[in-house]
Amino acid sequence: MSRTLPRFSATFDPYTISQIQRAAATGIYDIRGAGAKRKLPHFDDLLFLGASISRYPLEGYREKCGTNVVLGARFAKKPIELKIPITLAGMSFGALSANAKEALGLAATAMGTSTTTGDGGMTSEERQSSKTLVYQYLPSRYGMNPDDLRKADAIEVVIGQGAKPGGGGMLLGQKITPRVARMRVLPEGIDQRSACRHPDWTGPDDLEIKIGELREITDWEKPIYVKVGASRPYYDTALAVKSGADVVVLDGMQGGTAATQEVFIENVGLPILAAIRPAVQALQDLDMHRKVQLIVSGGIRTGADVAKALALGADAVAIGTAALIALGDNDPRHAAEYAELGTEPGAYDDWHEGNDPAGITTQRPELTARLDPETAGRRLRNYLSVLTLEAQTIARACGKSHVHNLEPEDLVALTVEAAAMAGVPLAGTNWIPGTPLG
Amino acid sequence: MPEVDLRQQTVRDLNEALHRLSRQTNETDWQVLHPNGQHSLAVGIDAPVTVRIKGHVGYYCAGMNKDATVIIDGNAGVGCAENMMSGRVHVKGDVSQAAGATAQGGLLIVDGNASARCGISMKGADIVVKGNIGPMSAFMAQAGNLVVLGDAGEALGDSLYETRIFVRGAVKSLGADCVEKPMGEEEKAILSQVLELAGIADDVRPEAFRFYGSARRLYHFNVDHAEEY
Repeated sequence: MSRTLPRFSATFDPYTISQIQRAAATGIYDIRGAGAKRKLPHFDDLLFLGASISRYPLEGYREKCGTNVVLGARFAKKPIELKIPITLAGMSFGALSANAKEALGLAATAMGTSTTTGDGGMTSEERQSSKTLVYQYLPSRYGMNPDDLRKADAIEVVIGQGAKPGGGGMLLGQKITPRVARMRVLPEGIDQRSACRHPDWTGPDDLEIKIGELREITDWEKPIYVKVGASRPYYDTALAVKSGADVVVLDGMQGGTAATQEVFIENVGLPILAAIRPAVQALQDLDMHRKVQLIVSGGIRTGADVAKALALGADAVAIGTAALIALGDNDPRHAAEYAELGTEPGAYDDWHEGNDPAGITTQRPELTARLDPETAGRRLRNYLSVLTLEAQTIARACGKSHVHNLEPEDLVALTVEAAAMAGVPLAGTNWIPGTPLG
Repeated sequence: MPEVDLRQQTVRDLNEALHRLSRQTNETDWQVLHPNGQHSLAVGIDAPVTVRIKGHVGYYCAGMNKDATVIIDGNAGVGCAENMMSGRVHVKGDVSQAAGATAQGGLLIVDGNASARCGISMKGADIVVKGNIGPMSAFMAQAGNLVVLGDAGEALGDSLYETRIFVRGAVKSLGADCVEKPMGEEEKAILSQVLELAGIADDVRPEAFRFYGSARRLYHFNVDHAEEY
């Protein structure tokens, strides 16, 4: 052999080279949907210990394991009770088709959980299909009006999201149809930029006053959530509590977006694993754990992920990307059309372009018609059922009669990094990095 | 005339009473005494009533107003008439930042000056400021009319969409994608109508204003405008 094999650089790997080539060809940053795709410390790095001589389990099919959660009892006159601790995250009409929004509402309603509006206002379809609907209050205030505020079951003040803490939304012109444009008061077909910060308040003191206004407008009925992207979870949680939130929503960098710069998605924010314990610590330090509820999101895929998030101290989780996959996103049956779009099933993330063959992240009528809300909603309902059953299976194995009884003591970590982030021992040791060996 | 004295009653009492009003109510004239700068006064009203507040108010007074007329005999804090849908809010004094933020309809009149970000992200309302406005006003403003009889601070209309801005005085600087445009007959008619609504058409000539709008260069991402983003 006179030559070595071709050697690819670990630094300039083929994907990186394609990024450089794309940048050189276009002169503008890459925009895509979804959340961080890089390998991150995640729930996969945790294991449950299960029962043993000192802990006894519950019978899988006979002994009850509760899953309900009450959100918003701190100040709201009408807190909401969900049957399962898995909610559907905020996703806009505009980013998603009306049929997709309806499917989300149908599935959530069937499972006794909530769904959430997005940056673009509330559609009649989603209000009708969703028994419990959380209305997002975003910096852009697209579609914001007091009638919808009063129709909502809860209000979520969005400070940021995991895919882009500190960034505003984008919706490119292909998706600004006449209806989307009308709801957002924008010219049709423009590349829409959403504001990255709220127009009429700055900082936690103002936020407290803003929350007070929202409570006054809705006569103190609605639970008020504050959603932050995971970046400074201890302080953001503490400040949200100080500002009067009933619920804190914490979104890790794996959480999806409809459209954001790739560089932003992959390089700003924290993985959700690193954010939960600081947030819980803040609640505990303020004696507010379980009084102000914590919803976490960003990369929840399985019932094991749900159980791990709850064991770390969350009250509920939210899913977005996984819900879209359950509806039919990235389905192999669209392989030929994905190929035409230069991608393949499992990797499709050009949600901003509006060409989704599954009819979910698009406004093109011929594509949206492919998604039957009933059928897609049924798939999501099935998936939510599986998540719930899986979380219960694990909770029972740990001897818990309610999923909220899971606790950090039930967990160990497979890596030093995950042990440090989750604040649980490295498997096979009693060592939690950052604490004295004991 | 129903009267709410905020020395004896709470902000909650006031808003609760206003929210109980039906659109056919006979209690159409309200007076609020001793507001003392409290926040969220007369927010979320959904009835064609008049509320006169005798004194200074804090943040978000008349927020999300629908159809009511709210008159503030004093100064107003941040976000006065924010997200107003319709109706009329008249501040007899000065207003703080973000007056009329995201307001979708109705008319906000400020007899004095408005601080920074007046009309930020406004979505269809008319705002008339008889004094000056602060920096970054009409930032990302989408629709409606901002009329300023005095001067405008720096970065006026930054990242503007389709709000029309009329300024009679000096403009310190224009923000990204905001340009001065010739005032055509259509704009002049719109301005005249807003001045009429504000009750100052007899005192102020449309010809005295200069007209600013979006250059629409940022409507589509384009590498040649990268320095503007």
